[in-house]
Amino acid sequence: MSDLTLGSASASPPTRSRPVSTFNLVRFKKITQVGLKSIYSHGLRSLLTMLGIVIGVAAVIAMLAVSEGASYEAQQQFRDLGASNILLKSVKPAEVEETSRSGFGPPQAIIYGLTFADIRTIQDSIPGVTNVIASRIVKKNVWNLGNSMNTDIVGTSVDYPTSRNYNLRAGRFFTESEVRDHANIVVLSDEVASVLFPIDNPIGKSVRIDGDYYNVVGIMESEGFSNLGQNQAGSSNAAPSRIFLPITSSRTRFGETTTRQTAGGQESETVELHEAIIQVADQETVIQVGEVIEQILQRRHDDVDYAVEIPLALLRQAEESALRDQIVAGAIAGISLLVGGIGIMNIMLASVTERTREIGIRRALGAKKRDIVMQFLIEAVILSGVGGLIGVVLGVSIPILISFFWGMTTIVTPLAPILAFSISAIIGVVFGIYPSMRAADMDPVEALRHE
Amino acid sequence: MTSTSSSGIGSTAGARTTSARPPQTVVARLEDIRKTYNMGALAVQVLHGISIDFYGGDYISIMGPSGCGKSTLMNILGCLDQPTSGKYFLGDEDTSQMPDDELSTIRGARLGFIFQSYNLIQQLNVLENIEMPLFYQGYSEAESQEIAMALAERVGLGDRVHHKPFELSGGQQQRVAIARALSVDPLIILADEPTGNLDSKSGAEILNLFDELHSQGKTLIMVTHSDELAERSDRQIRLLDGRVESDER
Repeated sequence: MSDLTLGSASASPPTRSRPVSTFNLVRFKKITQVGLKSIYSHGLRSLLTMLGIVIGVAAVIAMLAVSEGASYEAQQQFRDLGASNILLKSVKPAEVEETSRSGFGPPQAIIYGLTFADIRTIQDSIPGVTNVIASRIVKKNVWNLGNSMNTDIVGTSVDYPTSRNYNLRAGRFFTESEVRDHANIVVLSDEVASVLFPIDNPIGKSVRIDGDYYNVVGIMESEGFSNLGQNQAGSSNAAPSRIFLPITSSRTRFGETTTRQTAGGQESETVELHEAIIQVADQETVIQVGEVIEQILQRRHDDVDYAVEIPLALLRQAEESALRDQIVAGAIAGISLLVGGIGIMNIMLASVTERTREIGIRRALGAKKRDIVMQFLIEAVILSGVGGLIGVVLGVSIPILISFFWGMTTIVTPLAPILAFSISAIIGVVFGIYPSMRAADMDPVEALRHE
Repeated sequence: MTSTSSSGIGSTAGARTTSARPPQTVVARLEDIRKTYNMGALAVQVLHGISIDFYGGDYISIMGPSGCGKSTLMNILGCLDQPTSGKYFLGDEDTSQMPDDELSTIRGARLGFIFQSYNLIQQLNVLENIEMPLFYQGYSEAESQEIAMALAERVGLGDRVHHKPFELSGGQQQRVAIARALSVDPLIILADEPTGNLDSKSGAEILNLFDELHSQGKTLIMVTHSDELAERSDRQIRLLDGRVESDER
């Protein structure tokens, strides 16, 4: 007891007085401890307060990841089609379908679609077109001994794989001379190969289509396999089981008319070409060339029995709609963050009122206004910061779960968590300021009197 | 402003002392303090020109019926409130025109408060409550812990430092408050009805502690309306209607 500096018997000048530093680490640490203590002692309330921010931040990250993934997927599909390509497809016109259904009697052959003459005209009259790869697609059973598979058989020309960025897994694609010779050879996609030849190497073996045998010369990687895995179901481009043979062979072996059984009897249709890829020298002119092709086809066809697709234009559209999606997602997530911020403000105001007495005591014991502001502000920032952290963890895991359970592509860019977390911290400050100022502006005398 | 604190405070006022004590230092001086509250259109004057000198080492009680202006005077002495006019010197600094931040510092560094209802912070334990004024004065953690621990022992609560206020009796809580008031070694200790909420036994303990502090040279100003308490002090100031009615030693 005697070692205490409680002063001697005479009047004592204060011995423990020192320059007051306005802000230092000790102070910050102490105030932070006070804030943590207050948050901890109101556990449930703090948790509920944080929930708004947690949901907001998680929503921002998850929504951005999903929309980023979706737009990447969409853009990748169009990129696969080639940015300097134009796709033509034969489409069964709606009116023809009507008339054929209403008619009785012998089956009528519907003639529609792209023709070799169309392709020749396009190739000859448009200077920017470097190459046209036309294809016929018929659906038939392909056999190897007891194994069979119903698949699309694509009759096409030698440039088909390069025009679509497809890779050969083994063997080779067919050559110009084989096309000229109507050779009986095929290239299998590896899916078809695995069904027809579960054990042995198909190259050099032959498969049977209708009554004819065809030599297997190569195996193609299934479409889409090289890009994004199997999550391309539903896209026009994904027909993983296909086989390829020279267009000339397709024409001579299978003819141009296909007949199939329908509910109302038989239906046959005659289509010269099912699709064509038009390669344009300059990517800048793709859209104009596409317009010219459209005009040519309009002149040459009575019905609209064709479709012109420009991957570049679709890519542009996809990019635009992706941006729109992200703005919408961002706005929704932003609103939930705002709501979270208002929640924090609400609780902080309640906390200030509840702790009026404490504020009075602290002010009497030497706390400056800014000490009080800091105390409440730090509390708000801790609330929103911890909420933000939980939100980041949740927001990063949700896309992983979505990808895992629904096979959707999701992409969490590093920017999203950083952005969302910073916004949550800023919200803590913004919505914490008003309650903190109110606390600091209280009259100490009044505050001490508060019950 | 705090740099002057280590030097002598105020002027010696030996001429004004009537007793045979040695010349004393004026630690606080009120000069014609007036306070008017504006209640809407009505202006209520609570203090009508109060001038008092407080000497270092004195034990002063301020008495008066309710409504006489004791609390207002106490708030002004505690730098919690500003007079409407007049000067209040604490040490040698005029506080009547000080900005809020400086008042906060003065409160924290030069004054110790003891309230009727203890006013401890419930979430903090005994040690943390005692440390609080030191924290706002920028003491290091180690320093303030050492001081707080010593003071807790000094008031007889050395074995309760980690208890929360609600785990203590009223008398113990008030002793924590006294330790807290002593932590910065203030110029003046202000006590507002310190025994008002206590039973007589605990009250007596507190008053004994005050006597002890007084004997160690602390300056104590206590507001009370109990004559019994006032008799233990060595100067009694009575207020009536915002004026000093009597000032006896």
